[in-house]
Amino acid sequence: MTSESPILDIRNIEVVYNNTVQVLRGLSLSVPKGAVVALLGSNGAGKSTTLKAISRLLELEKGEVKSGEIMFDGKAVREDSPHGLVRRGLFHVMEGRRVFEDLSVEENLTAATYADDLNKAKKRFELVYEYFPRLYERRDGLAGYLSGGEQQMLAIGRALIANPKIILLDEPSLGLSPLFTEEIFSIIARINNEQGTSMLLVEQNAAMAFAVADYGYIMETGKIVLDGPTDVLTSDSDVQEFYLGMGGHGEGESKSFRDVKHYKRRKRWLS
Amino acid sequence: MDWLFFSEIGLAGVGSGGLYALTGLALVLIYKATRVVNMAIGEILMFGAYVFMGFSAGLALPMWAAIPLAILVTGLMGGVIERLIIRPMLGESAISIFMVTIGLGSVLVGLVEIIWGANPQRLVEFMPSDPIFIGEAYLSSKVGYAFAIAAVVLGLFLIVFRTWRGGVALRATAGDQAAAYSMGINVPGVFSSVWVITAMISAGAGILVGSIGGISPNMGVYGLSVLVVVIVGGLDSLLGALIAGVLVGIIETYAGAYLGGEYKMLATFCLLVLVLVVRPYGLFGTHEIERL
Repeated sequence: MTSESPILDIRNIEVVYNNTVQVLRGLSLSVPKGAVVALLGSNGAGKSTTLKAISRLLELEKGEVKSGEIMFDGKAVREDSPHGLVRRGLFHVMEGRRVFEDLSVEENLTAATYADDLNKAKKRFELVYEYFPRLYERRDGLAGYLSGGEQQMLAIGRALIANPKIILLDEPSLGLSPLFTEEIFSIIARINNEQGTSMLLVEQNAAMAFAVADYGYIMETGKIVLDGPTDVLTSDSDVQEFYLGMGGHGEGESKSFRDVKHYKRRKRWLS
Repeated sequence: MDWLFFSEIGLAGVGSGGLYALTGLALVLIYKATRVVNMAIGEILMFGAYVFMGFSAGLALPMWAAIPLAILVTGLMGGVIERLIIRPMLGESAISIFMVTIGLGSVLVGLVEIIWGANPQRLVEFMPSDPIFIGEAYLSSKVGYAFAIAAVVLGLFLIVFRTWRGGVALRATAGDQAAAYSMGINVPGVFSSVWVITAMISAGAGILVGSIGGISPNMGVYGLSVLVVVIVGGLDSLLGALIAGVLVGIIETYAGAYLGGEYKMLATFCLLVLVLVVRPYGLFGTHEIERL
């Protein structure tokens, strides 16, 4: 990690939904400028909530950051409106792609021009079509009729139009074939290389995430339990067993759920 | 059967249908963008007509000032309503917001009665009164001009809606609020502007409706016919509002002419029942796209 101040810095945040359900309990993480950081964790660990807390879309779901601070580019996010943050360069590609289904592909990209100066954004349409030639072929068709992979491309394309400083990517591989997943991730890496965009990547597919990320955080029930450079994490035995599916102790009986201690540990991680 | 009479009634029906379509457009726009069925649309329309009367008869302003001012003031009121009453309701269930707009309608009626009294009034004449003849068929000039104005406004609106970037923002917001936020679209701003724009459209329609039939605080009942229009056309379809507007206008006028005035509403609501039985989403209402 560099000594330069990070583009995104989360300090000890707690998030509560509906004033009753606490989802994040003192979570801290940071994304250095130009880096790709992966955030892994099981279902319900609070990964998506973390991203929504950063982009402030949380408030649409009656969630609230009760304490702690999220700094983006040297300024607290709570001082900005959600759309103001986008215009400041923080772009959230939400889980499940969320394309505007009854708008055409091109209109979807046009919607993203609100994130930046209109003329500058208009010039980036070509860039998007260069990254995703498929979108160019289907630019006049309704986005709702695109395949899942193409919709994910469109979702990332919209981020490109916005030309943000950081992209928050929520499970880009969700529901995609392995082939599409690979294509999407190679493009994520390419965007990071060519555009210098920082990324915070939430994934279930740990192997893919580690392939593009420089640093990783692993979270469990609302807080970070493990973090480190991805090469260190990949050699961690717990990470190997629970996230990379390599199996800790070989074959057969040792993986049995009758092994109570193992089961508890597993339960804690994957519940 | 008197064909001349028949076609004259038809023309009058198309004429009043144009106004239905215009008000229907306002209702559809609010619904599309904010998922709120604004039951107060008839009352906002009535309010606009009264404000126009206030400016033209009360303050004796010339027409070129009174009309834009009335539209502007009503638009402003739409913005204030959105900001003070509807915005805090966001995220509540659709039925609560629906009820709030019904209450809002009553408040507007009360407000108008306090300021201008409960008696029906006539608006200052501002449209040329020479009758229009299409072929041999006679058309009341007011209805004719009202239809022409409605048609022009509708046409402009459809073009702007398709080409202007704000139209994309509006449709994006209608499709997925959270996603619209994440594009940098000022979603509360879109809501406010939709309320302002639709209040302005309603005010314009109110002035036209009022100049044809006079105004009264009960004019808001007009909103009920408009509700039928948009349900028949499909709540989220602009095109549906246009076609259903004209359709309802024609049916209502024919029912009024051949069966008697008391059958007007009966005819429209029969149409409503019929359409709902055959097409529950309205003639042009869309279900969500099912990806194949």
